[in-house]
Amino acid sequence: MTAENLHKIDTSKLDEIINQYGGKKSNLIAILQKVQEVYRYLPEDAMIYIGTKMEGLSPATVFGVATFYAQFSLEPKGKYEVKVCDGTACHVRGSMPVLTAIKARLDLKDGQMTTNDGLFSLETVSCLGACGLAPVVVINGKVYPQMTSDAIKIVLDTLLKEEA
Amino acid sequence: MTEENKKTLIIEGKEVEFTDEPNLLEVIRKAGMNVPTFCYRPDLTSFGACRMCVVEVEYPNGRRMINSSCTMPPEAGIKVHLNTEKTRRIRKTVLELLLANHDRKCLTCERNGNCELQQYAEEYGIKDIRFPDKELKDYLPIDDSSPALVRDPNKCILCGACVRACTEFQGHSVLGFANRGSKTLVQPMNGRPLGQVDCVNCGQCAAVCPTGALSIKNDTDKVWDEITNPEKTVVVQMAPATRVALGEMFGLKPGENTIGLMNAALRRIGFNYVFDTNFSADLTIMEEATEFLERLKSGQNLPLFTSCCPAWIKYLETQHPDMLHHLSSCKSPMSMLSPVLVELVPKYFNVKRENLVVVAVMPCTAKKYECKRPELGKDGRADTDYVITTQELGKMIRSAGIDFNSLEPEENDSPFGEYTGAGTIFGASGGVAEAAVRTAYEFATGEELKPVDIKEMRGTTNRSKTVELDIKGTKVTVRVVSTLKEAEKAIQEIKDGTANFQMLEVMACPGGCINGGGQPRSCDDSTVKVQRAEGLYKEDSELPFRKSHKNPSIQKLYNEFLEKPGSHKAHEMLHTVYNNKFAGSYKDV
Repeated sequence: MTAENLHKIDTSKLDEIINQYGGKKSNLIAILQKVQEVYRYLPEDAMIYIGTKMEGLSPATVFGVATFYAQFSLEPKGKYEVKVCDGTACHVRGSMPVLTAIKARLDLKDGQMTTNDGLFSLETVSCLGACGLAPVVVINGKVYPQMTSDAIKIVLDTLLKEEA
Repeated sequence: MTEENKKTLIIEGKEVEFTDEPNLLEVIRKAGMNVPTFCYRPDLTSFGACRMCVVEVEYPNGRRMINSSCTMPPEAGIKVHLNTEKTRRIRKTVLELLLANHDRKCLTCERNGNCELQQYAEEYGIKDIRFPDKELKDYLPIDDSSPALVRDPNKCILCGACVRACTEFQGHSVLGFANRGSKTLVQPMNGRPLGQVDCVNCGQCAAVCPTGALSIKNDTDKVWDEITNPEKTVVVQMAPATRVALGEMFGLKPGENTIGLMNAALRRIGFNYVFDTNFSADLTIMEEATEFLERLKSGQNLPLFTSCCPAWIKYLETQHPDMLHHLSSCKSPMSMLSPVLVELVPKYFNVKRENLVVVAVMPCTAKKYECKRPELGKDGRADTDYVITTQELGKMIRSAGIDFNSLEPEENDSPFGEYTGAGTIFGASGGVAEAAVRTAYEFATGEELKPVDIKEMRGTTNRSKTVELDIKGTKVTVRVVSTLKEAEKAIQEIKDGTANFQMLEVMACPGGCINGGGQPRSCDDSTVKVQRAEGLYKEDSELPFRKSHKNPSIQKLYNEFLEKPGSHKAHEMLHTVYNNKFAGSYKDV
């Protein structure tokens, strides 16, 4: 670990979260969810800290859990987390053109999850259970039903205008 | 065992009794039969990952089902079929799938000829793999950053044995699973190089790895280069535990003491002088027993931690730097003998220092790390130039075309080859403490210790033992642990203030050095380490001298050179200081 990232994470905040869950190894997923809420992703140092601090865990084990579940991100997510449903129903009703439209509007390259300004992050998820509204996009928990490439552009334009 | 709990089942038509075997596979093995497995290791928890040990089980009601024998508890009355059409087909498919995804450059693999995947592929006659080969773009880089181990993820079959060894032996989990499904990998945290994480180099991961995914870093080429260089005088020392295991590579029984054959083989290979680490184990006891008595007297820095195990030392330096003052300042036997050789071989044998090469044969992969520690050298050159493991020596003997079993036993070279029984038992868990007590008792009381054996300290399966001793009215308690998981418990007792012992002996490998990561492979049989330990205690009981201070060569060394235990000269050569390596370790966040 280099000197500069020594202070990147606030260990007292992590201690607080760990203690909130009784420091129990069986609560690791809940702890990681809380940490992700704070940092919008799981910083490497946070995983290492949790792995050394909590009994019965190690950094490698925590990393294993964090990479097993799709809900955890090792890269910082954007202020707006855009989730495009690509379950069967959404897929056949055209979720892929919506995804392409979002990538084009936000200027995201292949494999890039978060915009350079850190405002938006994009991911596909499997079924959200709202198949009747397909194709569905969820932005920070708000559901946008029956999206088209034109409709999603309007949604994004509105958010971008608010941020400008 | 009473009649009632005598239960039987039928394996391949043969009635077999069982009692408390943890799983069906153990019952099958006890009955003298076997099924293939990659992931089952008797000293680790059952995992059921590889599906090679599947058997067909027939219940009394006629129902038949396929089950993995390593995870299934034995049941009375069942019939077990090992080789049915179904089980063989399943095993062959598993092998094909593993081989399709495997880097099959076997000829240049460190585990060539000694690989379970290779062995089963041959036994099951896999000639044709129906699945497409792994694509070139999916190959991952080989990690050779560690001084002791090489990790080749392209040869990993995800059996998880290494992850379990790291967790269950060392409590440390440097290795873990990452990702999911077809992207699953076994790796240190976030794919960091093994040389840059808190790995203690114990090598237990390589010892349980069925393939070449984790292997010992091979240094034999470097040693051959020195041996074949006519200008160089190459001297060798070998650790106690190596002599009772090397023979296994040549068909001898575990525990058979091959020291005479080893001496002969080493000379045949071309080593100029053959000494013995047992000699410096005696030297270590002279210093450590003196240090222990001083600490007992002053009451400071107790309990004393033994300092022979390089994995244990790195563990303390990175995880508990606040406990370093407990460590004995004695170097390990290997690192005591090397500076003595560097100083005295040039004088005794008329060799120039720059032409002298010191090689050590060790049961241990962590010694490869130890010999590179900057403080264990002089004027920028390491005291021990190369460490090779017992396995590597076996390979050198084979490559030199030596018929090991037909050699005539030979003696070591004098004076650094003579040893006592106390030196030889260093290789088993409890041996260092027993040797230290044998000498400390006589140093403290001036009386002869009778009987010499302290049997309570022995045993390779019990990983934590507490032994109370009475040194003429002074009560001394010794804790003997093997595996760092047990060592950590002892450390927590010290931190809680509940520790009641004055000496803590730690060996990181389960059962001690006899079961080291560099020993011939024995992970499918947990009795091998027991037999090796018996081999050492047998040699101890047969030697004329069984206490380190009775070794005539040791007495001579002190008289002529080192003055007395704990002297300035002895400190300069035989003791060291440990460094806080907390910075940069995982805990340093």
